[in-house]
Amino acid sequence: MFGKLSLDAVPWHEPIIMGTLLVVLLAGAALVAAVTRAGQWTYLWKEWFTSVDHKRIGVMYIVMALVMLLRGFVDALMMRAQQAIAANGADGYLPPHHYDQIFTAHGVIMIFFVATPFILGLMNVIVPLQIGARDVAFPFVNSLSFWLAVGGAALVMLSMFCGDFAATGWVAYPPLSELGYSPTEGVDYYIWSLQISGLGTTLTGINFIVTILRMRAPGMSLMKMPVFTWTALITNILIVAVFPVLTATLALLAADRYLGMHFFTNELGGNAMMYINLIWVWGHPEVYILILPCFGAFSEIISTFSGKPLFGYKSMVWATSSIGVLSFFVWLHHFFTMGSGANVNAFFGIMTSIISIPTGVKLFNWLFTMFRGRIRYHSATLWTVGFMVTFAVGGMTGVLLAVPGADFVLHNSLFLVAHFHNVIIGGVLFGCFAAMSFWFPKVFGFTLNEFWGKVSFWCWIVGFNLAFIPLYVLGFMGMTRRMNHYAEPEWQPWLIVALVGALVIACGIGALFVQLYVSVRDRADNRDLTGDPWDGRSLEWATASPAPFYNFALVPRITSLEQHWDDKQRGRAHVRPLKYEDIHMPRNTAAGVVISALGTLLCFALVWHVWWLAIATLIGVVATFIARTYDRDVDWWVPAAEVERIEIARHAALAEVA
Amino acid sequence: MLPTPTLRRAPFGTNTARRPRDARHAHARRLFLLVGIGALALLGGCTFDLLQPAGDIGRQEKTLILVALGLMLLVVLPVIALTLSFGWHYRASNKLAIHAPTWAHSTRIEVVVWAVPCVIVALLSVLIWRTTRSLDPYRPLDSSVKPVRVQVVALNWKWLFIYPDYGIATINRLEIPVGTPIAFDLTAESLMNSFFIPRLGSQVYTMAGMRTQLHLIADQAGTYRGMSAAFSGEGFSDMHFDTVAASRVDFDAWVQAAKHAPETMDAARYRVVALPATAGVPAVYAGVEPDLFDGVVDRFMRQRGAAAICTTPALAQAAMSPRQE
Repeated sequence: MFGKLSLDAVPWHEPIIMGTLLVVLLAGAALVAAVTRAGQWTYLWKEWFTSVDHKRIGVMYIVMALVMLLRGFVDALMMRAQQAIAANGADGYLPPHHYDQIFTAHGVIMIFFVATPFILGLMNVIVPLQIGARDVAFPFVNSLSFWLAVGGAALVMLSMFCGDFAATGWVAYPPLSELGYSPTEGVDYYIWSLQISGLGTTLTGINFIVTILRMRAPGMSLMKMPVFTWTALITNILIVAVFPVLTATLALLAADRYLGMHFFTNELGGNAMMYINLIWVWGHPEVYILILPCFGAFSEIISTFSGKPLFGYKSMVWATSSIGVLSFFVWLHHFFTMGSGANVNAFFGIMTSIISIPTGVKLFNWLFTMFRGRIRYHSATLWTVGFMVTFAVGGMTGVLLAVPGADFVLHNSLFLVAHFHNVIIGGVLFGCFAAMSFWFPKVFGFTLNEFWGKVSFWCWIVGFNLAFIPLYVLGFMGMTRRMNHYAEPEWQPWLIVALVGALVIACGIGALFVQLYVSVRDRADNRDLTGDPWDGRSLEWATASPAPFYNFALVPRITSLEQHWDDKQRGRAHVRPLKYEDIHMPRNTAAGVVISALGTLLCFALVWHVWWLAIATLIGVVATFIARTYDRDVDWWVPAAEVERIEIARHAALAEVA
Repeated sequence: MLPTPTLRRAPFGTNTARRPRDARHAHARRLFLLVGIGALALLGGCTFDLLQPAGDIGRQEKTLILVALGLMLLVVLPVIALTLSFGWHYRASNKLAIHAPTWAHSTRIEVVVWAVPCVIVALLSVLIWRTTRSLDPYRPLDSSVKPVRVQVVALNWKWLFIYPDYGIATINRLEIPVGTPIAFDLTAESLMNSFFIPRLGSQVYTMAGMRTQLHLIADQAGTYRGMSAAFSGEGFSDMHFDTVAASRVDFDAWVQAAKHAPETMDAARYRVVALPATAGVPAVYAGVEPDLFDGVVDRFMRQRGAAAICTTPALAQAAMSPRQE
């Protein structure tokens, strides 16, 4: 009846997990009680869960990313604590099977359920505003994408309490991830959580390519597009190109595990090297998918807070595009040590170092944007300058790893671990935090607390260096990654320093949440009535904060790259139009939530081999989708009078400030 | 534990500025000394395996790392310095700094910012092309000494070393002569691992059903840590071994002694040691089943090797029959 699922699936005997379960249950119950008491369920359902408003979907993505950041970071702390004590014959407090799941979950969560949703959330919030669109091209699909990502995250969280998670490392190399060596449900949870969230990411990619190419305000040629939107365009092209590869690769692995096939097995002609190639054909462009929008955000921020246009806009566009193209020619650098010939290794080594050219150009361009500027040190600026310094080091160690001869000794070492954290924390996370503090008022109408933002920055940058410089050193000492315990006492002091670093980062994360709390509490004092709190340059600063649900009362006409800045210079900004028009908007729908809920249940049924449930939910998914296609009531018109009422209030606020 | 210098705080209210100048300097000097000793203690006890290579391959790789790093630091250091100095100099409160609020393009600067990374990468590419070929793990080393062949089988979770020229085998202990190229053939019983002796240089993956190659050499006698550098599940952390590089005389003596070891690595024993477990103690075996290594490599092929080597009846059947039932 319940397939492999039974009460034994819950790890009752694991005190750490049971304690976590208790905390999660209590916190969940408290949250549900609080919402119920406030009578906000209807509001949440109608205004948020079923919303197709790109700004709200973006906010929900980022909320999810922040929640998952906590989970992923607790995993990181547990790993650092384990390695800090498990020296010289000591076993530490985590047995290998639990520890292996933790580092796998840490990687999966941080990449798929923190960095990716954060980036998708930022693009959701910003792109339509920057191009003067009312929403994305396919608002329902956007809602569906988000809820599919939530489904994936829910499955990963569930795996902790019901069954186990993959203990294979975050890319789940076969043969270890094959049924013979990972017989439990862990790898199945891994496969299905990534399949469902990956589907959402692919749909987002399609959605944003169409949005950016087809829905720009009249006059906005590609070379008048703000640089963040450019990076978003390239990122979404990469998503559409490579996420299907991930889906196919995991489908083949699933075929091995479920249908007794032999794509990647040792026996009967399977070949694990094929999986390793395929996963990195997705995996390497994936890191550019994450970093490019952050490059875009840094570009907007550095230009705004230097009070200057971005230096070398065209260079930036070309650099971004060439990074996108080159990212497809480097995947083999993840396995120089797999026995490829010298020429093959050399080719991929050289291609990888070539990527550092456009990346280096970007750094120089930010530098010359600061040159002869008047730099205001908002916390977003701090994140940006911190990024530039950190990323220069991370990029350098990356190119070092791209030299095959160096990689032969550095491969899989803690030097590698330090390198990719250097670029992902220093690049992606710093970028996300910078973007959050920069665009927050545009969504919520008040600015974030600066004091706690700066505390968070300093904790992160100090903690990051404390946590990862020792790992660089340990790489040179010959320590490899994913060790549960080790015999070398001389590694331990460095790992203790790394643990201290992780604790300082914990303070940084704490400060981030304090910042959110304090900002919401003091929101009345920090209202942004102008819609343009930083003296911004691109279109999103022309509309009100928070942006009205229709974004712009009248679709703006674009005449220059820095439309809002030029409008301000020429006194054309914030001019009230003579007449408002009816606005065409998409209607909220529950279809995305329903399809995703059924899809998540489908994945759960597949993990546990509950075939009747799988069939039933699959039928449910298809039926809901068909029903949705026959739903003709998908849009509505905002009457001009309503628009006028909202805009008059906005202009009154503007006048008050002036 | 972490040796941190202890600093005694001056009692609250003590005005250090009033002390004689040289006394303050002495204090500062002592402080520096303490910090220095602390840092040295932290570093001194450590072996930087990659920076203290014990063989030619490792030495070339160390040089390569340092040259590549140096080349890149030529750009990276100025970028960091410029970032910090621009960031400071052009701060909003510095009204003396030149302000050019509309300046956003300069062909000259654009050419330079594209050219500088291009030049560095061009140099790096030449370096990559040359060293990737000279350091190719498959390339036999240039040496007048006849290489010693070692066949490596990554078991779960231990290492089996077979010396085909001497008819001996070991578990978790690699004995090699100094100054002699070692030609490794590598494979894995089932799970993928990476064979790595940091102080000797390059690593290479070991994969089931496949044969990879690696050539290393030790120039100094000593005992070097070897390990798996690719995660392979539960027992991975214990999958390390000692590499003992000894003089030729000592090595030959060891080989002779090994030939008189009480046990042999026959097919039956292989089936036992191949069972998943962390080995712990190193062992030496006097004889080796003929073609054991080839049998392991080919055990998934239909025709060869399968019967003798397969560890479980199910796998043997799988290897021999076209369908797995």
